Amino acid sequence: MSLNLNTTFTQLENFGHSLRASSYRIPIKKTDDIYEAFQLAKKLGLKVTARGTGISYNDASLNGGGIVLDMRGMNQIVEWDPASGVVRCESGVTLEQLWQRVEPAGWWPPVVSGTMKTTLGGCLAANIHGKNNFQAGPIGEHVIEFTAMLPTGALVTCAPRKNADLFYAMISGLGMLGVFTSITLKMKRIFSGLIAVDAWPVPTLSRHLNDLREHAPTHDYIVGWLDAFASGNSLGRGQIHGARQLKEGEDPNPKNTESLSNQQLPDRFFGVVPKSMLHFFMKPLMNNVGMGFVNIGRYLLALRAHTFRQSHDEFHFLLDYAPGWERSFGRGGLIQYQSFVPKETAEDAWREMIQLSQRNNLPSYLGVTKRHRPDKFLLTHGVDGFSLALDFKVTDSNRAKMSTMLQEFDRIALEAGGRFYFAKNSETSAESTRRFLGDAAIAKFKKLKKRCDPQGLLESDLYRRLFT
Amino acid sequence: MSEQSTPIGSTQGKPAPATPLNPRRRGLIIGASAGLGAELARKLAREGYSLALLARGKDKLDALCLEINSQGGNAHSYAHNVTDFDKVPALLQTIVANLGGLDLVIYVASVNNPPGGIDKFNFENDRAMIEVNLIGAMAWLTPVAEMFQSAKAGQIVGISSVAGDRGRVGNPGYNTSKAGLTTYLEALRNRLTRHGVNVLTVKPGFMKTEMLKATSGPTPFAIEPSVAADHILKAMKKRKQVIYTAPIWRWIMLVIQHVPSFIFRRLSF
Repeated sequence: MSLNLNTTFTQLENFGHSLRASSYRIPIKKTDDIYEAFQLAKKLGLKVTARGTGISYNDASLNGGGIVLDMRGMNQIVEWDPASGVVRCESGVTLEQLWQRVEPAGWWPPVVSGTMKTTLGGCLAANIHGKNNFQAGPIGEHVIEFTAMLPTGALVTCAPRKNADLFYAMISGLGMLGVFTSITLKMKRIFSGLIAVDAWPVPTLSRHLNDLREHAPTHDYIVGWLDAFASGNSLGRGQIHGARQLKEGEDPNPKNTESLSNQQLPDRFFGVVPKSMLHFFMKPLMNNVGMGFVNIGRYLLALRAHTFRQSHDEFHFLLDYAPGWERSFGRGGLIQYQSFVPKETAEDAWREMIQLSQRNNLPSYLGVTKRHRPDKFLLTHGVDGFSLALDFKVTDSNRAKMSTMLQEFDRIALEAGGRFYFAKNSETSAESTRRFLGDAAIAKFKKLKKRCDPQGLLESDLYRRLFT
Repeated sequence: MSEQSTPIGSTQGKPAPATPLNPRRRGLIIGASAGLGAELARKLAREGYSLALLARGKDKLDALCLEINSQGGNAHSYAHNVTDFDKVPALLQTIVANLGGLDLVIYVASVNNPPGGIDKFNFENDRAMIEVNLIGAMAWLTPVAEMFQSAKAGQIVGISSVAGDRGRVGNPGYNTSKAGLTTYLEALRNRLTRHGVNVLTVKPGFMKTEMLKATSGPTPFAIEPSVAADHILKAMKKRKQVIYTAPIWRWIMLVIQHVPSFIFRRLSF
């Protein structure tokens, strides 16, 4: 059915293909289109959500039965100054577009996610973090200024010292206060297209967390892989990758390594298997037994500590290595459960979670750890501690059991003083959200929402799940 | 917005949020206040569907919603007369917004007004049957088909009847309305299957409902509507195309469809 403004009724999914919701999609090409869409929504009594590339693991960019603004058309890099490293982009620009523009001139985005397919608008709405969160903070700390359209039709420009309350609330604000139109960011200087990576094994959970903490200060980036199948004394074992950007002069020929041709992800595995076929080969392994073997094999390979250099995109964008890998999880799709827990309580909390998952015979197929620090954004997920992200395969027969288990996970994380990240967890309840954000933060957010969006026009499925 | 579009009789607010581990499908049943429609609503609610229930009279519908919601389900009622064709698009949009999407539409609404004997004719009755049973279905399923085609997903269930398989002496208008509905659903199926949409035609024989009282003469193989609803749910899960309920009607109708005209003209059933 037609709503006008070139709408199409479309079934949209989350990244893990585990959620579907049909909405009226309106393509947005310029700021005025957002205004028009707001007017249409008001006329029809429908709710509105902005959506970029739809890469979040949960319902952040879904709005079942309502209007979804497809922001991918607002994708111009408006200004780029290679002398100062300042770039101004429309909000539909992806990290992929951004790094490919700035890297040849010796710059790199200050914070990137594990995939380069995310749009900057989405990055700000979730206030993404990277493997350098412990020192660089979330992406919001590198925003010089942004402009957003409020549902009232007003355009506001915010910076740390201009409309500061909105600046710290709209970044991390899930797109519920306004729609980003323009974003100005400061890039980070690099002196080589390569990055120096140290990889070493960690045999236990306590060593794992200890090494993340101790080795973070001597690296720019740090990330751990955790074998969630290992139990007993080996529980929490894995491998840590710490990476350091090369200093000026370390790379004798930076122009060469920074060229885009040196930054392309390989398109075949072992030079044979095309990456687009990988999920086909992975599918038979995507069960508890198969992934148990894969995790053991991976740990054995990790036992050799070594140091190597690789390109920035190879190091950062692991999720883009095999496009469509998430499809190997089958019909039920995948979910990710990520908790951010203070450094003092993380070990006990995660030991309990991992043991619980093993007792339930619902092991996580992939565990990833990172080091974090707090930040001052309103709906922050930052802690002085660590995060553990666990991927789970969803099937018709394990849903009920997994749902109960994840409620237990929430309890464990909350009792440990943990927090959650709005681009990841899909099962968090409004009550859990209230407990980790605190009543004061939620009241402040709702007050700003009332000011920016008096009619309550902006609502996503995620907002309804967590805040109503 | 019209008064019909206000949800009434719901004891809970919006449907519980759908999550990967607690998926909620969303269904719309047109003609849900009694009989087969009500049974389908009860069973789908138990399967975890969030439901929008439509019927002309709101009292029975509200009672049904209260019953479903008190058992942990989620149903909203909407008073609507299916012959208010012009009100359909706006109401559908409201329902989709309230449900948070739409996965299933079942058109059950039907009337059976026989002319009162094989020597009687009644255009008003015939017209009412065509308007409710056929044009009402087309008014609803047209925008629904457009949505599902565009979304490349969805399921449409149309409750037709064995009565549409042959024109008989007793009730030409009813036969015509159901024959028309069967053909319309077949055409929708042929259009929509390629877009990933399933269209199920259900042809019930006799069912022990209010409508049965309109039928004069014997009513063999009459089944409870809850039994028919079970058949339909099973067929929906298998994404079947056409089913008879009770299943024996497939064979009975196969025979009846092949009765030659020169014999059929002499029969009084």
